Amino acid sequence: MTALAPTSIGVEPSGPRPRHITAGRIGIYAFLIIAALFFLLPLWVMVITSMKSMSEIRAGNIFALPMQPTLDYWVKAWSSACTGVSCNGLAPGFFNSLKITALSVPVSIVIAMINGYALSFWRFRGSELLFGILVFGAFVPFQVLIYPIIFALSRVGLFGTLPGIVIVHTIFGMPILTLLFRNFFASLPSELFKAARVDGAGFWRIFFWVMLPMSVPIAIVAVILQVTGIWNDFLFGLVFAGRENLPMTVQLNNIVRTSTGTVEYGTNMAATVLTGAVPLIVYFVSGKWFVRGIAAGAVKG
Amino acid sequence: MATSVEIKDLSLNYGSVKVLDRLNLDIAEGEFIVLLGPSGCGKSTLLNCIAGLLDVSDGQIHISGKNVTWEEPKDRGIGMVFQSYALYPQMTVEKNLSFGLRVARMPKAEIDSRVKRASEILQIEPLLNRKPVELSGGQRQRVAIGRALVRDVDVFLFDEPLSNLDAKLRNDLRVEIKRLHARLKNTMIYVTHDQIEAMTLADRIAIMKNGVIQQLADPHTIYNKPVNLFVAGFIGSPSMNFIKGDLQGATLSVDGQANIPLANYQFANQTNGASILGIRPEHILVGEDARKMPVQLESEIEIVEPMGADTVAWTKIAGQSLTFRAAAEVHLEPGQKVLIGFDPGRGSVFNVESGNRI
Amino acid sequence: MTTIVAYEQSLTTGQLKSRANRRRLLGKLPAIIGTLPMMAVAIGVFVIGIAFTVVLSFTNSKLFPSFNFVGTRQYEVLWSTTRWVESVKHIWFYGLGQISVSLVFGFLLAVFMDQRIRGEDAFRTIFLYPFALSAVITGLIWQLMLEPIWGLQAAVRSLGFTNFTFAPLADGNTALIGMVIASVWQGTGVTMAILLAGLRGIDDEIWKASRVDGIPAWRTYLSIVLPMMRGTVATALVLLVVNVVRTFDIVIAMTGGGPGIATQMPATYVIDNINARNVGHGMAAATCMLLPIAALVLLQAILRWRAARKRSAA
Repeated sequence: MTALAPTSIGVEPSGPRPRHITAGRIGIYAFLIIAALFFLLPLWVMVITSMKSMSEIRAGNIFALPMQPTLDYWVKAWSSACTGVSCNGLAPGFFNSLKITALSVPVSIVIAMINGYALSFWRFRGSELLFGILVFGAFVPFQVLIYPIIFALSRVGLFGTLPGIVIVHTIFGMPILTLLFRNFFASLPSELFKAARVDGAGFWRIFFWVMLPMSVPIAIVAVILQVTGIWNDFLFGLVFAGRENLPMTVQLNNIVRTSTGTVEYGTNMAATVLTGAVPLIVYFVSGKWFVRGIAAGAVKG
Repeated sequence: MATSVEIKDLSLNYGSVKVLDRLNLDIAEGEFIVLLGPSGCGKSTLLNCIAGLLDVSDGQIHISGKNVTWEEPKDRGIGMVFQSYALYPQMTVEKNLSFGLRVARMPKAEIDSRVKRASEILQIEPLLNRKPVELSGGQRQRVAIGRALVRDVDVFLFDEPLSNLDAKLRNDLRVEIKRLHARLKNTMIYVTHDQIEAMTLADRIAIMKNGVIQQLADPHTIYNKPVNLFVAGFIGSPSMNFIKGDLQGATLSVDGQANIPLANYQFANQTNGASILGIRPEHILVGEDARKMPVQLESEIEIVEPMGADTVAWTKIAGQSLTFRAAAEVHLEPGQKVLIGFDPGRGSVFNVESGNRI
Repeated sequence: MTTIVAYEQSLTTGQLKSRANRRRLLGKLPAIIGTLPMMAVAIGVFVIGIAFTVVLSFTNSKLFPSFNFVGTRQYEVLWSTTRWVESVKHIWFYGLGQISVSLVFGFLLAVFMDQRIRGEDAFRTIFLYPFALSAVITGLIWQLMLEPIWGLQAAVRSLGFTNFTFAPLADGNTALIGMVIASVWQGTGVTMAILLAGLRGIDDEIWKASRVDGIPAWRTYLSIVLPMMRGTVATALVLLVVNVVRTFDIVIAMTGGGPGIATQMPATYVIDNINARNVGHGMAAATCMLLPIAALVLLQAILRWRAARKRSAA
């Protein structure tokens, strides 16, 4: 009893609970920091390797800073690295990707927007079934559909052309984007639509004057989703774009595969950095919007 | 009576925002205290501090004579009922009631007897094997109360427990909570923004605003002798009439157009100057009844709102809006001239500057 | 006005009804025109396209579709081809590995992120950025990281641990582990973000109630919160499964299917067969890829239908 007395009358508990830095707390941060290192390390390796000469890569370890940083490989990767027979670097791929993205993003988004709007406010017989098929389409492995699309596009002479790849991106972007817009329009108060109907507006007038101005935020999410998705695409570009329009990812892979003799990691990583730069910039600039896009994409489950 | 919950100089700040400001409150054993106020007044915050769900910035909390300021919620001898019920959705009612006890490794027999007792009291025995989704709102709230009951604690905390229920159920459960209190005689602290709940349930009501208790008193006193303009305006529906004027001695002069003698009014500390006379709509009489009143005025009816049981009418005196409540049988219509009268002794007079009752 | 009313009255109810129908149809016409692209895609691509693939899988089509039906011959050949059978085994191993690691790791990250930590936004940005990158890039970076002579193994050895061995891609038995690491790196952030959103969606009062009940935090997560998040976990799981079945880019970039056929996948098998002008066979493989997805969708439809029936019964 006497031993206990001092503690029980020591400090009368008052005010905020004293905070102890507990082992648990340290553990949480340790885990998160180690995880962060795991996620950051490859980016670090990619960037610094792109600035190291081959002899330096051979001499040191891949995590060390370059002793004589050089941007030579960046220049080479951009303008003179070889992909098979031609040695024009990534630049043509970059412009191809730019073309493909610039055309596919607006086309796919506008169509999906109209789909979502019609499915929310203008249901007709069979519209729900169409939507069901489309949602199912979101799950279908691409390989199942690649040959029928190759066949159909070559019949109309669009296989291996720019319009061809734009059509393919529009097709495969449609399920998720339609879902995105349908969920958005369904969340709007239906009174809005009814009021416009009472005012005598029809399908297109309501779409352009009421719905379009309201859907700017969700359209931004869709743009982010599509820009990163289309830029990062490899398979469709490889199969459908044709030799003239190969996107950057395909060029990147060709450059890496073509390295004759010893592998030149400096060039490979510089090419990788350049290819990843666009989506990374979109990601870091858009921040929370990107996360919203993922959350919207996740809804499809 | 012994003190059950004692709050000493309690403060809670978020940065520079003072949510609770050096608050003191003593609650007697077995007392039913209602914390009442508009949203954002700090009433729920105070309850969460008592429960130990929020860390206080300053001050102490004692429960059953023990300083629990630093204790975990489970060690404070409290049970709590939430607005959203907060039942564990994947567990049956029986498991919801017993989960905390099982985690605390209480003997099986003891758990069973406690669950049995609680479900008897709340009449939820037939529901024990159901899951929360299969229950109605009222049943869910009963289970939530049961979860507090099995903890066998001295103090019950209720955080707006009836706000998610529809009006009819709310009345039924309100009576049940009152019955429960009469039976268990535990200390109960009950947060609500509904003044009817507060008036009907409370032994004492604490009316809060901006983290400060404005008035702590029994419902009768709160209703009849509000300490300031805020309390006066917050309690009562339709709300109290406020007549602005200039007080000189025992006469309130309203814009020089009318003089209201306050002879019957018992001043606590009479202060001359800009003042407000507060008079409840139900204390204003009309027609023949008005003639017996010390103050009588002629006025014209503007709007009539029949409520069924009675009628609320809107009129003006000396340019200021006034509502009064008349029996449903009294015929009133807009444009009609009537005589109204009231006894200032039943009203309240506030100093404009301080807002306090004088 | 009166003339119109009189005119309408002169019509029979049947005529009126058909007029109303026609008017309603006319009103819907712009909507139908507006959704023509959707109809074309839904029916033309997803219905007819899939049917086309399935039909071709029963033919001996080479470069061009032929309707020379050979019964289930292509399937028999398919399932006796070592590379296909191995590919199926690979995708199971790779899929189960990636999905289980991503779910557990993602859930742990989400729970730790939920502990009112400092720098939450910074951590989230770091965990999620790989998802913004192409799978090709992911494959190339990790190929370098796991490369025996230049990569992680060499770096650790240069620190003095000369016996350190970690180069999964060099060995056919462990190459898939290397791919799991790379895909976990790319995809865990998304799983974390979805699960974290699920955690944040749990009613705050559930947490308060469990604290009043004295239930330890870990127990609350396991016994109360996790069961409440079944829907969120299912969403994350479906997303992972769909991605696994599609796995193609990362294989091409990281290993090219090797060493040997150690990292071949069904997706690469289908594309290679199309390229090799063996379409009938490739379509048989593609149809086999579709089956698990179709089963999953069917299962979900049944579950939803049962839930709806239960709700209407209650």
